[in-house]
Amino acid sequence: MPLPKPPPDPPPANGPPTGSPVDERAIAAHVPRLRRYAAALAGNLSDADDLVQDCIEKALANRHTLRDVTRLGGWLLSILHNLHVSGLRWRRRRGPEVPVEDLANDLALSAAPADRAEVRDFVRAFNQLTEEHRAVLLLTGLEGLSYREAADVLGVPVGTVMSRLARARERLRVLLDGGTEQAVRRIK
Amino acid sequence: MDTEPDAPVTEADLHAWMDGELPEDRRGEVERHLAGNPDLARRFERYRAQRAMLQETFGPLVDRPLPAALVPPYARSAGRPAVRPRRWLPALAAAAVLLVFVAGGAGGWWLRGWSGGTGGGGAAFVADAVAAHRVFAVEVRHPVEVGADQEAHLVGWLSKRLGKPLQAPRLAAKGYDLVGGRLLSDARGPAAQLMYQDAAGRRITLYIRPASGAPDTSFRFAQDGSVQAFYWRDSGLAWAVTGDLDRVTLSAIAEEVYGALNS
Repeated sequence: MPLPKPPPDPPPANGPPTGSPVDERAIAAHVPRLRRYAAALAGNLSDADDLVQDCIEKALANRHTLRDVTRLGGWLLSILHNLHVSGLRWRRRRGPEVPVEDLANDLALSAAPADRAEVRDFVRAFNQLTEEHRAVLLLTGLEGLSYREAADVLGVPVGTVMSRLARARERLRVLLDGGTEQAVRRIK
Repeated sequence: MDTEPDAPVTEADLHAWMDGELPEDRRGEVERHLAGNPDLARRFERYRAQRAMLQETFGPLVDRPLPAALVPPYARSAGRPAVRPRRWLPALAAAAVLLVFVAGGAGGWWLRGWSGGTGGGGAAFVADAVAAHRVFAVEVRHPVEVGADQEAHLVGWLSKRLGKPLQAPRLAAKGYDLVGGRLLSDARGPAAQLMYQDAAGRRITLYIRPASGAPDTSFRFAQDGSVQAFYWRDSGLAWAVTGDLDRVTLSAIAEEVYGALNS
C-alpha cells in the first residue's frame, strides 16, 4: 500500500508568545538542580537526562498553566516526579539498567581521596532505599524544601512527608551503620 | 502544635526540630528530652550526619556540564532539529528491516533515548497509547467514533486533524479487521486511535500522534501488566500498536503495520 508523501513540515514557530513569563531561559536556570535531583533519584545520569528532557518538554508545553512564576522550581520538580513515577513501571521491564556503581564511582571521583570509599558506600546504600524514601530525603535534605513544599511536589499530605522522612532516615541509618531498625513510633 | 509543658515529644517533633520546622516555643522541650535520652540523641546525630553526607555526595552534580539536549534552545517547535544526540544507530533506524529489541535483551543502551522533537518522551507517549487502549478496547457499545464502513471519511478526517496523511493499514493477513477509529487529545494535542478486532473479538489499537521534526526510531517495546505495546516514529508520526497479546504475535502485527505504511 503506497504511503502518501507527507507534506513539508510547517515553518517553525518562533519562540514563546510574548507575555509568557515562563520561557526557556527561566526553565534552563533550574535544569542543573533538576538534573542533580533526577540523577540521585534514578541512580544514574542517563535516565536522569531522559527524565529532565521530558520534564522540559512537558513544562514548555504546559507553561501557561503555571500561574505563580515564583513557584516554577517546585512546579518543575513535581513534573519530574510524576514523569519518574509513571516511567518506573516501563523502565523496570526494559533492557539492562545502568548499574548504580557507575554513579558511585563517578561521584567518588569528585570527592577528596580520603572520602571516596564513604561516598561510594553512601551512593550504594541510598540506592537501596525505595523511590519514595529517596525522593523525600532528597527534597528535604538536598533541595532544601520545607515539609509543605515537599508535600506539594509529591502530591501527598504533610503528615505523609513526615512519616516517610522518619522511616527513610532510619532505614538509611541501618543500611549505613548496620544494627537493627528502630520501630519508628507512630508519628502523631 | 500542642505546647502544653507535658506534651510528649514525638518522633515527628524530633525530625521537625532537626529540620528547623519546629515552632520556637517547643525547641527547648525537645532539646531537654534529647539530653535525657542519649540513645535517641545519638540516633539523631546519625541522621544529621546522613543529611550532610547526602549534600556532600550529590551536591557536586549541580556543577556538571550539561549535555547539549538540556541547554536551550530546546527542540520543541515543529521543524526545529532535535538537539539531543541520537543514541540509536541511524543506519539501522533507516533500514527496511526492523530489529525488534525486547526487554531484558542486549542492546538496550542505544534504545534508551526516545528523544528530541515534538514526539514527546517515549514513556509518556506509550503510556498515553496504553491508557487509551485500556479505555476503549473494552467498550462494547461505542468502541469507535467512526466505523470502518466509513473508512475513507475516517482516514480523511484524522489526517486533517493530525496534520499528516494517515492510512488505516490492512491487517487481515494477521486476522484483524478494522473496527473504526476516533480522535483523541493528549497533553500535546490531537492523537488518533484505530481499532482492529479478530474473529474471536480480541482487539488491538493503533495510537498515532504527530511528531514533526523528530527523527525516526526503531521499534521499542513496553509492557504494563498484560497489555503490551510496540512503538516507533516514522516520517513525522509516532505510532504505537497495543494489545493484550503475547509479544511475538504483537511484534508480528507491528511489523505488518510498519510494512503496510512503507510499502
